[in-house]
Amino acid sequence: MADAAEGLELRLGAAAPIPLDLALGCAPGELLALVGPSGAGKSTALRCVAGLHRPTSGLVRCGGKTWFDAAARCDLPPHRRAVGLVFQDYALFPHMTALGNVAAALGHRPRAARAERARELLALVHLSGLEDRRPAELSGGQQQRVAVARALARDPAVLLLDEPFSAVDRATRRRLQSELAGLRRSLSIPILLVTHDLDEAVALADRMCLMHRGRGLQTATPSEMLARPASAEVARLLDLRNLFRATVERHDAAAGTTFLRWGDAVLEAAHAPAFVPGAAVDWMVPPSAVVLHRRGRPSLGERENPVPARVLDLLPMGRDAEVTLDIADAQGGKLAFSLPLHAARRNGLAPGEACTVSLLKENIHIMPLSRTGR
Amino acid sequence: MDWTAFRLSVELALWTLALLLPLAIWLGRLLAHRRFPGRGFIEAAVALPLVLPPTVVGFYLLTAFGALSPLGQAWERVFGQGLAFSFQGLLFASVIVNLPFAVQPVQNAFAAIPPRLREAGAVSGMAPWKVFTAVELPLAWPGIATAAVLTFAHTLGEFGVVLMVGGAIPGETQTIAIAIYDRVQAFDERGAGIMSAVLLGVSVAALGLTNTLSRRVGRRMRDG
Repeated sequence: MADAAEGLELRLGAAAPIPLDLALGCAPGELLALVGPSGAGKSTALRCVAGLHRPTSGLVRCGGKTWFDAAARCDLPPHRRAVGLVFQDYALFPHMTALGNVAAALGHRPRAARAERARELLALVHLSGLEDRRPAELSGGQQQRVAVARALARDPAVLLLDEPFSAVDRATRRRLQSELAGLRRSLSIPILLVTHDLDEAVALADRMCLMHRGRGLQTATPSEMLARPASAEVARLLDLRNLFRATVERHDAAAGTTFLRWGDAVLEAAHAPAFVPGAAVDWMVPPSAVVLHRRGRPSLGERENPVPARVLDLLPMGRDAEVTLDIADAQGGKLAFSLPLHAARRNGLAPGEACTVSLLKENIHIMPLSRTGR
Repeated sequence: MDWTAFRLSVELALWTLALLLPLAIWLGRLLAHRRFPGRGFIEAAVALPLVLPPTVVGFYLLTAFGALSPLGQAWERVFGQGLAFSFQGLLFASVIVNLPFAVQPVQNAFAAIPPRLREAGAVSGMAPWKVFTAVELPLAWPGIATAAVLTFAHTLGEFGVVLMVGGAIPGETQTIAIAIYDRVQAFDERGAGIMSAVLLGVSVAALGLTNTLSRRVGRRMRDG
Protein backbone atom coordinates (compact mmCIF):
# COMPACT_ATOMS: atom_id res chain seq x y z
CA MET A 1 0.00 0.00 0.00
CA ALA A 2 1.09 3.55 -0.61
CA ASP A 3 1.98 5.81 2.28
CA ALA A 4 -1.22 5.95 4.26
CA ALA A 5 -0.24 8.99 6.26
CA GLU A 6 -1.60 11.27 3.57
CA GLY A 7 -4.98 11.03 1.96
CA LEU A 8 -6.41 12.55 -1.15
CA GLU A 9 -6.39 16.25 -1.90
CA LEU A 10 -8.47 17.37 -4.82
CA ARG A 11 -9.02 20.76 -6.42
CA LEU A 12 -10.65 20.85 -9.81
CA GLY A 13 -11.60 23.68 -12.09
CA ALA A 14 -12.88 23.67 -15.64
CA ALA A 15 -15.34 25.65 -17.74
CA ALA A 16 -15.87 23.35 -20.71
CA PRO A 17 -16.85 20.82 -21.93
CA ILE A 18 -17.92 19.86 -18.42
CA PRO A 19 -17.87 22.68 -15.84
CA LEU A 20 -16.07 21.81 -12.62
CA ASP A 21 -15.54 23.75 -9.43
CA LEU A 22 -14.70 21.43 -6.61
CA ALA A 23 -12.28 21.25 -3.70
CA LEU A 24 -12.20 18.40 -1.23
CA GLY A 25 -9.99 16.19 0.82
CA CYS A 26 -10.40 12.60 1.87
CA ALA A 27 -8.42 11.14 4.75
CA PRO A 28 -6.93 7.63 4.74
CA GLY A 29 -9.62 5.16 5.72
CA GLU A 30 -12.36 7.70 5.13
CA LEU A 31 -15.25 7.07 2.75
CA LEU A 32 -16.37 10.24 1.03
CA ALA A 33 -19.47 10.08 -1.12
CA LEU A 34 -19.97 12.39 -4.09
CA VAL A 35 -23.71 12.82 -4.39
CA GLY A 36 -25.90 14.88 -6.66
CA PRO A 37 -28.32 14.58 -9.55
CA SER A 38 -27.13 12.98 -12.76
CA GLY A 39 -25.03 15.37 -14.78
CA ALA A 40 -23.68 17.00 -11.63
CA GLY A 41 -20.09 16.11 -12.58
CA LYS A 42 -19.59 13.39 -9.96
CA SER A 43 -18.17 10.81 -12.36
CA THR A 44 -16.10 13.45 -14.10
CA ALA A 45 -14.51 14.38 -10.78
CA LEU A 46 -13.70 10.72 -10.21
CA ARG A 47 -12.20 10.43 -13.70
CA CYS A 48 -10.02 13.45 -12.95
CA VAL A 49 -8.54 11.59 -9.97
CA ALA A 50 -7.86 8.54 -12.14
CA GLY A 51 -6.34 10.63 -14.92
CA LEU A 52 -9.02 9.70 -17.44
CA HIS A 53 -10.21 13.31 -17.67
CA ARG A 54 -8.08 16.42 -17.54
CA PRO A 55 -9.44 19.49 -15.74
CA THR A 56 -8.35 22.96 -16.84
CA SER A 57 -6.96 23.93 -13.47
CA GLY A 58 -6.42 22.42 -10.09
CA LEU A 59 -4.47 19.80 -8.25
CA VAL A 60 -4.69 16.09 -7.49
CA ARG A 61 -2.45 14.84 -4.72
CA CYS A 62 -2.69 11.41 -3.18
CA GLY A 63 -0.59 9.41 -0.76
CA GLY A 64 2.00 12.18 -0.70
CA LYS A 65 2.43 12.20 -4.48
CA THR A 66 1.31 14.83 -6.95
CA TRP A 67 -0.63 13.29 -9.83
CA PHE A 68 -1.90 16.45 -11.40
CA ASP A 69 -0.90 20.07 -10.96
CA ALA A 70 -2.05 22.46 -13.66
CA ALA A 71 0.27 25.22 -12.40
CA ALA A 72 3.34 22.96 -12.53
CA ARG A 73 2.22 21.27 -15.78
CA CYS A 74 2.29 17.93 -14.05
CA ASP A 75 -0.14 15.30 -15.35
CA LEU A 76 0.61 11.63 -14.76
CA PRO A 77 -1.14 9.17 -17.11
CA PRO A 78 -3.64 6.76 -15.48
CA HIS A 79 -1.26 3.79 -15.44
CA ARG A 80 1.23 5.75 -13.35
CA ARG A 81 -1.34 6.79 -10.73
CA ALA A 82 -1.96 4.24 -8.01
CA VAL A 83 -5.75 4.24 -8.31
CA GLY A 84 -8.26 1.45 -8.06
CA LEU A 85 -11.39 2.27 -10.04
CA VAL A 86 -14.61 0.28 -10.11
CA PHE A 87 -16.56 1.32 -13.20
CA GLN A 88 -20.32 1.59 -13.18
CA ASP A 89 -20.59 -1.23 -15.74
CA TYR A 90 -17.47 -2.88 -14.19
CA ALA A 91 -15.62 -2.95 -17.56
CA LEU A 92 -14.22 -6.41 -16.93
CA PHE A 93 -12.02 -7.84 -19.68
CA PRO A 94 -14.43 -10.25 -21.43
CA HIS A 95 -11.68 -12.49 -22.80
CA MET A 96 -10.11 -13.16 -19.42
CA THR A 97 -11.23 -15.30 -16.50
CA ALA A 98 -12.05 -13.76 -13.12
CA LEU A 99 -8.54 -14.69 -12.03
CA GLY A 100 -7.09 -13.24 -15.22
CA ASN A 101 -8.94 -9.97 -14.70
CA VAL A 102 -7.49 -9.57 -11.23
CA ALA A 103 -4.01 -10.73 -12.27
CA ALA A 104 -4.07 -8.20 -15.11
CA ALA A 105 -3.87 -5.43 -12.50
CA LEU A 106 -0.94 -7.07 -10.71
CA GLY A 107 1.70 -6.00 -13.21
CA HIS A 108 3.70 -4.31 -10.45
CA ARG A 109 4.27 -7.63 -8.62
CA PRO A 110 6.69 -10.38 -9.60
CA ARG A 111 5.17 -12.65 -12.22
CA ALA A 112 5.41 -15.73 -10.01
CA ALA A 113 3.44 -14.11 -7.19
CA ARG A 114 0.54 -12.84 -9.27
CA ALA A 115 -1.73 -15.88 -9.42
CA GLU A 116 -1.43 -16.42 -5.67
CA ARG A 117 -2.22 -12.78 -4.91
CA ALA A 118 -5.16 -12.80 -7.37
CA ARG A 119 -6.58 -15.84 -5.56
CA GLU A 120 -6.26 -14.03 -2.23
CA LEU A 121 -8.10 -11.01 -3.58
CA LEU A 122 -10.91 -13.13 -5.03
CA ALA A 123 -11.21 -14.85 -1.66
CA LEU A 124 -11.40 -11.43 -0.02
CA VAL A 125 -14.50 -10.61 -2.10
CA HIS A 126 -16.01 -14.07 -1.49
CA LEU A 127 -15.42 -15.46 -4.98
CA SER A 128 -13.26 -18.49 -4.18
CA GLY A 129 -14.09 -21.30 -6.57
CA LEU A 130 -15.13 -19.00 -9.41
CA GLU A 131 -11.57 -18.14 -10.51
CA ASP A 132 -11.91 -19.75 -13.92
CA ARG A 133 -15.25 -18.23 -14.91
CA ARG A 134 -15.42 -15.60 -17.61
CA PRO A 135 -17.31 -12.39 -16.85
CA ALA A 136 -20.22 -13.55 -19.04
CA GLU A 137 -20.60 -16.60 -16.80
CA LEU A 138 -20.88 -14.52 -13.63
CA SER A 139 -23.92 -12.80 -12.14
CA GLY A 140 -24.04 -9.01 -11.84
CA GLY A 141 -23.09 -9.12 -8.19
CA GLN A 142 -20.22 -11.51 -8.87
CA GLN A 143 -18.97 -9.28 -11.69
CA GLN A 144 -19.00 -6.33 -9.31
CA ARG A 145 -16.92 -8.29 -6.81
CA VAL A 146 -14.37 -9.15 -9.51
CA ALA A 147 -14.22 -5.46 -10.37
CA VAL A 148 -13.58 -4.57 -6.71
CA ALA A 149 -10.87 -7.25 -6.47
CA ARG A 150 -9.26 -5.93 -9.64
CA ALA A 151 -9.35 -2.37 -8.31
CA LEU A 152 -7.65 -3.46 -5.09
CA ALA A 153 -5.07 -5.59 -6.94
CA ARG A 154 -3.01 -2.58 -7.83
CA ASP A 155 -2.40 -1.77 -4.16
CA PRO A 156 -3.99 1.61 -4.83
CA ALA A 157 -3.44 4.79 -2.83
CA VAL A 158 -7.12 5.65 -3.37
CA LEU A 159 -10.16 3.54 -4.20
CA LEU A 160 -12.68 5.08 -6.60
CA LEU A 161 -16.18 3.63 -6.89
CA ASP A 162 -18.35 4.96 -9.71
CA GLU A 163 -21.98 4.04 -8.99
CA PRO A 164 -20.82 0.51 -8.10
CA PHE A 165 -24.25 -0.67 -6.92
CA SER A 166 -26.47 0.75 -9.65
CA ALA A 167 -26.40 -2.23 -12.03
CA VAL A 168 -27.65 -4.92 -9.64
CA ASP A 169 -31.02 -5.76 -8.16
CA ARG A 170 -32.10 -4.48 -4.77
CA ALA A 171 -31.30 -7.57 -2.70
CA THR A 172 -27.83 -7.91 -4.25
CA ARG A 173 -27.26 -4.19 -3.72
CA ARG A 174 -27.94 -4.51 0.00
CA ARG A 175 -25.53 -7.42 0.27
CA LEU A 176 -22.79 -5.70 -1.74
CA GLN A 177 -23.20 -2.55 0.32
CA SER A 178 -22.72 -4.38 3.58
CA GLU A 179 -19.74 -6.21 2.07
CA LEU A 180 -18.18 -2.88 1.18
CA ALA A 181 -18.81 -1.60 4.69
CA GLY A 182 -16.97 -4.68 5.98
CA LEU A 183 -14.16 -4.42 3.42
CA ARG A 184 -13.47 -0.79 4.32
CA ARG A 185 -12.34 -1.74 7.77
CA SER A 186 -9.33 -3.52 6.29
CA LEU A 187 -8.48 -0.60 3.98
CA SER A 188 -6.39 2.33 5.13
CA ILE A 189 -6.77 4.37 1.97
CA PRO A 190 -9.23 7.12 1.07
CA ILE A 191 -12.35 5.87 -0.71
CA LEU A 192 -14.42 8.04 -3.06
CA LEU A 193 -17.91 6.77 -3.82
CA VAL A 194 -19.99 8.32 -6.58
CA THR A 195 -23.71 7.77 -6.18
CA HIS A 196 -26.98 9.48 -6.98
CA ASP A 197 -28.65 7.48 -4.22
CA LEU A 198 -28.78 9.65 -1.12
CA ASP A 199 -29.77 6.77 1.16
CA GLU A 200 -26.74 4.83 -0.03
CA ALA A 201 -24.46 7.78 0.72
CA VAL A 202 -26.00 8.29 4.16
CA ALA A 203 -25.64 4.59 4.96
CA LEU A 204 -22.06 4.16 3.78
CA ALA A 205 -20.24 7.48 3.88
CA ASP A 206 -18.30 9.19 6.65
CA ARG A 207 -18.75 12.46 4.86
CA MET A 208 -20.48 13.42 1.68
CA CYS A 209 -20.02 16.17 -0.88
CA LEU A 210 -23.10 17.43 -2.67
CA MET A 211 -22.44 18.41 -6.28
CA HIS A 212 -24.64 20.30 -8.69
CA ARG A 213 -23.67 21.44 -12.18
CA GLY A 214 -20.01 20.66 -11.51
CA ARG A 215 -19.86 22.66 -8.28
CA GLY A 216 -19.28 21.23 -4.85
CA LEU A 217 -22.04 22.90 -2.83
CA GLN A 218 -21.36 21.45 0.61
CA THR A 219 -19.15 18.83 2.20
CA ALA A 220 -20.20 17.50 5.58
CA THR A 221 -21.15 14.38 7.48
CA PRO A 222 -24.48 12.99 6.26
CA SER A 223 -26.29 13.87 9.51
CA GLU A 224 -24.80 17.36 9.54
CA MET A 225 -25.81 18.01 5.95
CA LEU A 226 -29.33 16.70 6.44
CA ALA A 227 -29.85 18.76 9.62
CA ARG A 228 -27.97 21.85 8.56
CA PRO A 229 -27.79 22.23 4.78
CA ALA A 230 -25.65 25.18 3.70
CA SER A 231 -28.39 26.68 1.54
CA ALA A 232 -31.94 26.18 0.37
CA GLU A 233 -30.42 24.90 -2.90
CA VAL A 234 -28.65 22.13 -0.97
CA ALA A 235 -31.83 21.41 0.97
CA ARG A 236 -33.86 21.11 -2.21
CA LEU A 237 -31.26 18.82 -3.87
CA LEU A 238 -31.39 16.63 -0.77
CA ASP A 239 -35.17 16.61 -1.12
CA LEU A 240 -35.55 18.10 2.35
CA ARG A 241 -38.98 19.47 3.22
CA ASN A 242 -40.29 22.39 5.25
CA LEU A 243 -38.27 25.11 3.56
CA PHE A 244 -39.52 28.63 4.15
CA ARG A 245 -38.43 32.23 3.81
CA ALA A 246 -38.35 34.80 6.63
CA THR A 247 -36.64 37.98 7.85
CA VAL A 248 -34.26 38.17 10.79
CA GLU A 249 -35.95 40.26 13.49
CA ARG A 250 -33.37 40.42 16.27
CA HIS A 251 -30.93 38.37 18.28
CA ASP A 252 -30.95 37.60 21.97
CA ALA A 253 -27.51 36.19 22.72
CA ALA A 254 -28.23 35.71 26.43
CA ALA A 255 -31.26 33.51 25.71
CA GLY A 256 -29.50 31.85 22.76
CA THR A 257 -32.29 32.89 20.47
CA THR A 258 -32.65 34.48 17.05
CA PHE A 259 -36.12 35.81 16.29
CA LEU A 260 -37.49 35.40 12.76
CA ARG A 261 -40.41 37.28 11.29
CA TRP A 262 -42.39 34.78 9.25
CA GLY A 263 -45.50 36.37 7.80
CA ASP A 264 -47.50 37.57 10.79
CA ALA A 265 -45.76 35.27 13.22
CA VAL A 266 -42.47 35.63 15.05
CA LEU A 267 -40.49 32.42 15.45
CA GLU A 268 -37.79 31.61 17.96
CA ALA A 269 -34.82 29.87 16.39
CA ALA A 270 -31.42 28.70 17.62
CA HIS A 271 -29.01 31.61 17.96
CA ALA A 272 -27.46 32.43 14.56
CA PRO A 273 -25.58 35.71 14.99
CA ALA A 274 -24.09 35.54 11.50
CA PHE A 275 -27.32 36.88 10.03
CA VAL A 276 -27.84 40.63 10.51
CA PRO A 277 -31.27 41.84 11.63
CA GLY A 278 -33.38 42.80 8.64
CA ALA A 279 -31.78 40.23 6.35
CA ALA A 280 -34.03 37.93 4.36
CA VAL A 281 -33.14 34.30 5.00
CA ASP A 282 -34.25 30.78 4.15
CA TRP A 283 -35.02 28.49 7.05
CA MET A 284 -36.09 24.95 7.49
CA VAL A 285 -37.33 22.65 10.16
CA PRO A 286 -36.93 18.86 9.85
CA PRO A 287 -40.19 16.90 10.01
CA SER A 288 -38.88 15.27 13.20
CA ALA A 289 -38.97 18.67 14.92
CA VAL A 290 -42.62 19.32 14.13
CA VAL A 291 -44.61 18.37 17.23
CA LEU A 292 -48.38 17.96 17.22
CA HIS A 293 -50.26 19.49 20.14
CA ARG A 294 -52.39 16.80 21.73
CA ARG A 295 -56.00 17.61 22.12
CA GLY A 296 -56.82 18.69 25.62
CA ARG A 297 -53.50 17.48 27.01
CA PRO A 298 -50.75 20.12 26.81
CA SER A 299 -47.27 18.63 26.57
CA LEU A 300 -43.70 19.76 26.86
CA GLY A 301 -42.50 22.15 24.19
CA GLU A 302 -45.87 23.52 23.36
CA ARG A 303 -44.73 26.99 24.16
CA GLU A 304 -42.15 26.78 21.36
CA ASN A 305 -43.37 28.38 18.17
CA PRO A 306 -46.98 27.26 18.13
CA VAL A 307 -48.32 27.30 14.57
CA PRO A 308 -52.02 27.02 13.82
CA ALA A 309 -52.67 24.90 10.77
CA ARG A 310 -55.23 22.92 8.81
CA VAL A 311 -54.66 19.36 7.65
CA LEU A 312 -54.39 19.24 3.86
CA ASP A 313 -53.55 15.61 3.39
CA LEU A 314 -52.90 12.51 5.41
CA LEU A 315 -51.19 9.57 3.73
CA PRO A 316 -50.84 6.27 5.57
CA MET A 317 -47.34 4.89 4.86
CA GLY A 318 -47.03 1.60 6.64
CA ARG A 319 -47.24 2.24 10.40
CA ASP A 320 -46.82 5.99 9.97
CA ALA A 321 -48.96 8.75 8.55
CA GLU A 322 -47.44 11.44 6.35
CA VAL A 323 -49.23 14.66 7.18
CA THR A 324 -49.24 17.82 5.07
CA LEU A 325 -50.39 21.00 6.76
CA ASP A 326 -51.65 24.24 5.28
CA ILE A 327 -50.11 27.13 7.21
CA ALA A 328 -50.13 30.86 6.85
CA ASP A 329 -46.95 31.00 4.71
CA ALA A 330 -46.85 33.93 2.30
CA GLN A 331 -45.00 31.85 -0.34
CA GLY A 332 -47.61 29.12 -0.07
CA GLY A 333 -45.25 26.65 1.59
CA LYS A 334 -46.64 23.55 3.24
CA LEU A 335 -45.49 21.96 6.44
CA ALA A 336 -44.87 18.23 6.36
CA PHE A 337 -44.24 15.80 9.17
CA SER A 338 -45.06 12.26 10.05
CA LEU A 339 -46.35 10.54 13.17
CA PRO A 340 -47.50 7.04 14.05
CA LEU A 341 -50.82 6.23 12.43
CA HIS A 342 -52.49 5.47 15.78
CA ALA A 343 -51.42 8.88 17.13
CA ALA A 344 -52.97 10.54 14.10
CA ARG A 345 -56.21 8.66 14.74
CA ARG A 346 -56.21 9.42 18.47
CA ASN A 347 -55.81 13.14 17.74
CA GLY A 348 -58.53 13.11 15.14
CA LEU A 349 -56.29 14.22 12.30
CA ALA A 350 -58.13 14.18 8.97
CA PRO A 351 -58.14 16.38 5.89
CA GLY A 352 -59.88 19.66 6.67
CA GLU A 353 -59.41 19.41 10.46
CA ALA A 354 -57.68 22.23 12.35
CA CYS A 355 -54.71 21.51 14.59
CA THR A 356 -51.74 23.21 16.21
CA VAL A 357 -48.10 22.18 15.94
CA SER A 358 -44.93 23.39 17.59
CA LEU A 359 -41.68 23.91 15.72
CA LEU A 360 -38.81 23.00 18.02
CA LYS A 361 -36.57 26.01 18.33
CA GLU A 362 -33.21 24.23 18.46
CA ASN A 363 -33.97 22.43 15.18
CA ILE A 364 -34.89 25.52 13.18
CA HIS A 365 -31.99 25.99 10.81
CA ILE A 366 -31.34 29.37 9.20
CA MET A 367 -29.59 29.63 5.82
CA PRO A 368 -28.43 32.55 3.69
CA LEU A 369 -30.98 33.48 1.04
CA SER A 370 -30.68 31.20 -1.96
CA ARG A 371 -29.88 33.07 -5.16
CA THR A 372 -31.77 30.67 -7.33
CA GLY A 373 -35.08 31.34 -5.64
CA ARG A 374 -37.85 28.86 -5.19
CA MET B 1 -1.63 -26.96 -63.53
CA ASP B 2 0.98 -24.20 -63.54
CA TRP B 3 2.71 -24.66 -60.16
CA THR B 4 5.16 -21.83 -60.81
CA ALA B 5 2.30 -19.38 -61.17
CA PHE B 6 0.51 -20.85 -58.15
CA ARG B 7 3.65 -20.59 -56.02
CA LEU B 8 4.19 -17.03 -57.16
CA SER B 9 0.61 -16.15 -56.23
CA VAL B 10 0.98 -17.67 -52.75
CA GLU B 11 4.31 -15.90 -52.27
CA LEU B 12 2.78 -12.62 -53.33
CA ALA B 13 -0.18 -13.16 -50.99
CA LEU B 14 2.07 -13.98 -48.01
CA TRP B 15 4.36 -11.00 -48.63
CA THR B 16 1.33 -8.76 -49.02
CA LEU B 17 0.04 -10.00 -45.67
CA ALA B 18 3.39 -9.46 -44.00
CA LEU B 19 3.53 -5.86 -45.13
CA LEU B 20 -0.14 -4.96 -45.07
CA LEU B 21 -1.28 -6.45 -41.76
CA PRO B 22 0.89 -4.30 -39.45
CA LEU B 23 -0.06 -1.26 -41.54
CA ALA B 24 -3.76 -2.18 -41.38
CA ILE B 25 -3.64 -2.72 -37.59
CA TRP B 26 -1.99 0.65 -37.09
CA LEU B 27 -4.25 2.53 -39.53
CA GLY B 28 -7.46 0.67 -38.61
CA ARG B 29 -6.93 1.32 -34.90
CA LEU B 30 -6.14 4.97 -35.58
CA LEU B 31 -9.32 5.39 -37.65
CA ALA B 32 -11.39 3.55 -35.05
CA HIS B 33 -10.20 5.48 -32.00
CA ARG B 34 -9.18 8.94 -33.07
CA ARG B 35 -11.10 11.89 -34.45
CA PHE B 36 -8.74 14.08 -36.44
CA PRO B 37 -8.96 16.40 -39.43
CA GLY B 38 -8.64 14.50 -42.67
CA ARG B 39 -9.96 11.27 -41.16
CA GLY B 40 -12.82 11.08 -43.65
CA PHE B 41 -10.38 11.71 -46.49
CA ILE B 42 -8.17 8.83 -45.35
CA GLU B 43 -11.17 6.51 -45.04
CA ALA B 44 -12.25 7.42 -48.56
CA ALA B 45 -8.72 6.91 -49.91
CA VAL B 46 -8.55 3.47 -48.26
CA ALA B 47 -11.89 2.50 -49.83
CA LEU B 48 -10.96 3.86 -53.28
CA PRO B 49 -9.53 0.59 -54.70
CA LEU B 50 -12.96 -0.99 -54.07
CA VAL B 51 -14.75 1.28 -56.53
CA LEU B 52 -12.05 2.16 -59.10
CA PRO B 53 -11.68 -0.18 -62.10
CA PRO B 54 -8.49 -2.25 -61.57
CA THR B 55 -7.13 -0.93 -64.85
CA VAL B 56 -7.35 2.63 -63.55
CA VAL B 57 -5.54 1.72 -60.31
CA GLY B 58 -3.02 -0.20 -62.38
CA PHE B 59 -2.48 2.69 -64.75
CA TYR B 60 -1.73 5.16 -61.94
CA LEU B 61 0.53 2.70 -60.17
CA LEU B 62 2.40 2.03 -63.40
CA THR B 63 2.84 5.76 -63.89
CA ALA B 64 4.06 6.10 -60.30
CA PHE B 65 6.52 3.21 -60.76
CA GLY B 66 7.93 4.54 -64.05
CA ALA B 67 11.50 5.75 -64.51
CA LEU B 68 10.17 9.32 -64.82
CA SER B 69 8.41 9.39 -61.43
CA PRO B 70 10.20 10.29 -58.15
CA LEU B 71 9.15 6.93 -56.62
CA GLY B 72 10.46 4.95 -59.62
CA GLN B 73 13.73 6.91 -59.65
CA ALA B 74 14.28 6.54 -55.92
CA TRP B 75 13.58 2.80 -56.06
CA GLU B 76 15.97 2.36 -58.99
CA ARG B 77 18.70 4.28 -57.17
CA VAL B 78 18.39 2.16 -54.02
CA PHE B 79 17.69 -1.30 -55.46
CA GLY B 80 19.26 -1.00 -58.85
CA GLN B 81 16.19 -2.10 -60.81
CA GLY B 82 12.85 -0.56 -61.74
CA LEU B 83 9.56 -1.21 -59.95
CA ALA B 84 7.41 -1.71 -63.03
CA PHE B 85 7.10 -5.31 -64.29
CA SER B 86 8.94 -6.68 -61.22
CA PHE B 87 7.83 -8.78 -58.24
CA GLN B 88 8.50 -5.83 -55.91
CA GLY B 89 6.29 -3.59 -58.03
CA LEU B 90 3.60 -6.25 -58.00
CA LEU B 91 3.88 -6.51 -54.21
CA PHE B 92 3.62 -2.75 -53.84
CA ALA B 93 0.51 -2.68 -56.03
CA SER B 94 -0.98 -5.61 -54.15
CA VAL B 95 -0.60 -3.81 -50.81
CA ILE B 96 -2.35 -0.72 -52.19
CA VAL B 97 -5.19 -2.67 -53.85
CA ASN B 98 -5.82 -4.73 -50.68
CA LEU B 99 -5.97 -1.75 -48.32
CA PRO B 100 -9.79 -1.75 -48.03
CA PHE B 101 -9.94 -5.53 -47.48
CA ALA B 102 -7.45 -5.32 -44.63
CA VAL B 103 -8.15 -1.95 -43.02
CA GLN B 104 -11.94 -2.06 -42.81
CA PRO B 105 -12.37 -5.33 -40.83
CA VAL B 106 -9.56 -4.26 -38.50
CA GLN B 107 -11.11 -0.83 -38.04
CA ASN B 108 -14.51 -2.34 -37.25
CA ALA B 109 -12.97 -4.76 -34.77
CA PHE B 110 -11.18 -1.99 -32.86
CA ALA B 111 -14.24 0.26 -32.99
CA ALA B 112 -16.31 -2.51 -31.36
CA ILE B 113 -14.10 -2.55 -28.24
CA PRO B 114 -15.81 -0.40 -25.58
CA PRO B 115 -13.56 2.56 -24.66
CA ARG B 116 -14.21 1.64 -21.02
CA LEU B 117 -12.09 -1.49 -21.44
CA ARG B 118 -9.07 0.50 -22.52
CA GLU B 119 -9.62 2.84 -19.59
CA ALA B 120 -9.94 -0.17 -17.29
CA GLY B 121 -6.61 -1.41 -18.60
CA ALA B 122 -4.98 1.95 -17.92
CA VAL B 123 -6.32 2.25 -14.36
CA SER B 124 -5.21 -1.34 -13.77
CA GLY B 125 -1.68 -0.07 -14.23
CA MET B 126 -1.12 -1.19 -17.81
CA ALA B 127 1.07 1.01 -19.97
CA PRO B 128 -0.49 1.85 -23.36
CA TRP B 129 1.46 -0.90 -25.18
CA LYS B 130 0.32 -3.41 -22.56
CA VAL B 131 -3.32 -2.34 -22.98
CA PHE B 132 -2.80 -2.87 -26.72
CA THR B 133 -1.31 -6.36 -26.42
CA ALA B 134 -3.33 -7.65 -23.45
CA VAL B 135 -6.75 -6.11 -24.10
CA GLU B 136 -7.13 -4.68 -27.60
CA LEU B 137 -5.34 -7.28 -29.73
CA PRO B 138 -7.08 -10.32 -28.19
CA LEU B 139 -10.47 -8.65 -28.57
CA ALA B 140 -9.79 -7.43 -32.11
CA TRP B 141 -8.14 -10.70 -33.14
CA PRO B 142 -11.10 -12.18 -35.07
CA GLY B 143 -11.33 -8.96 -37.09
CA ILE B 144 -7.61 -9.05 -37.80
CA ALA B 145 -7.85 -12.69 -38.87
CA THR B 146 -10.76 -11.80 -41.15
CA ALA B 147 -8.63 -9.08 -42.71
CA ALA B 148 -5.80 -11.57 -43.24
CA VAL B 149 -8.03 -14.18 -44.89
CA LEU B 150 -9.71 -11.63 -47.14
CA THR B 151 -6.38 -10.14 -48.17
CA PHE B 152 -4.87 -13.53 -48.88
CA ALA B 153 -7.82 -14.69 -50.98
CA HIS B 154 -8.12 -11.42 -52.82
CA THR B 155 -4.43 -11.32 -53.68
CA LEU B 156 -4.62 -14.82 -55.15
CA GLY B 157 -7.45 -13.73 -57.42
CA GLU B 158 -6.36 -10.19 -58.36
CA PHE B 159 -6.14 -9.84 -62.13
CA GLY B 160 -6.50 -6.36 -63.61
CA VAL B 161 -3.96 -4.51 -61.54
CA VAL B 162 -1.47 -7.39 -61.78
CA LEU B 163 -1.74 -7.41 -65.53
CA MET B 164 -1.27 -3.65 -65.77
CA VAL B 165 1.64 -3.39 -63.35
CA GLY B 166 3.38 -6.72 -63.68
CA GLY B 167 2.67 -7.98 -67.14
CA ALA B 168 2.95 -11.78 -67.28
CA ILE B 169 6.59 -12.72 -66.82
CA PRO B 170 6.65 -16.39 -65.71
CA GLY B 171 8.31 -16.80 -62.30
CA GLU B 172 8.45 -13.04 -61.77
CA THR B 173 4.99 -11.56 -62.26
CA GLN B 174 2.79 -14.25 -63.80
CA THR B 175 0.29 -15.10 -61.04
CA ILE B 176 -2.26 -17.90 -61.19
CA ALA B 177 -5.03 -15.55 -62.30
CA ILE B 178 -2.91 -14.36 -65.20
CA ALA B 179 -1.92 -17.94 -66.00
CA ILE B 180 -5.59 -18.91 -66.22
CA TYR B 181 -6.17 -16.06 -68.63
CA ASP B 182 -3.19 -17.13 -70.75
CA ARG B 183 -4.45 -20.75 -70.83
CA VAL B 184 -7.86 -19.64 -72.05
CA GLN B 185 -6.20 -17.50 -74.71
CA ALA B 186 -4.27 -20.61 -75.77
CA PHE B 187 -7.51 -22.70 -75.85
CA ASP B 188 -6.17 -24.92 -73.00
CA GLU B 189 -9.58 -25.30 -71.35
CA ARG B 190 -8.52 -28.20 -69.13
CA GLY B 191 -5.53 -26.33 -67.63
CA ALA B 192 -7.64 -23.22 -67.09
CA GLY B 193 -10.39 -25.32 -65.52
CA ILE B 194 -8.12 -27.05 -62.98
CA MET B 195 -6.57 -23.77 -61.88
CA SER B 196 -9.96 -22.07 -61.69
CA ALA B 197 -11.24 -24.89 -59.50
CA VAL B 198 -8.27 -24.46 -57.16
CA LEU B 199 -8.93 -20.72 -56.88
CA LEU B 200 -12.65 -21.35 -56.35
CA GLY B 201 -11.88 -23.78 -53.52
CA VAL B 202 -9.50 -21.35 -51.86
CA SER B 203 -12.07 -18.53 -52.09
CA VAL B 204 -14.92 -20.61 -50.65
CA ALA B 205 -12.70 -21.75 -47.79
CA ALA B 206 -11.68 -18.15 -47.15
CA LEU B 207 -15.27 -16.93 -47.01
CA GLY B 208 -16.25 -19.78 -44.67
CA LEU B 209 -13.38 -18.93 -42.37
CA THR B 210 -14.27 -15.24 -42.47
CA ASN B 211 -17.88 -15.89 -41.53
CA THR B 212 -16.87 -18.13 -38.63
CA LEU B 213 -14.46 -15.53 -37.35
CA SER B 214 -16.90 -12.63 -37.60
CA ARG B 215 -19.50 -14.64 -35.67
CA ARG B 216 -16.90 -15.07 -32.95
CA VAL B 217 -16.35 -11.33 -32.87
CA GLY B 218 -20.06 -10.79 -32.25
CA ARG B 219 -20.10 -13.33 -29.45
CA ARG B 220 -17.09 -11.81 -27.70
CA MET B 221 -18.53 -8.34 -27.76
CA ARG B 222 -21.81 -9.57 -26.31
CA ASP B 223 -19.84 -11.23 -23.53
CA GLY B 224 -18.46 -7.84 -22.59
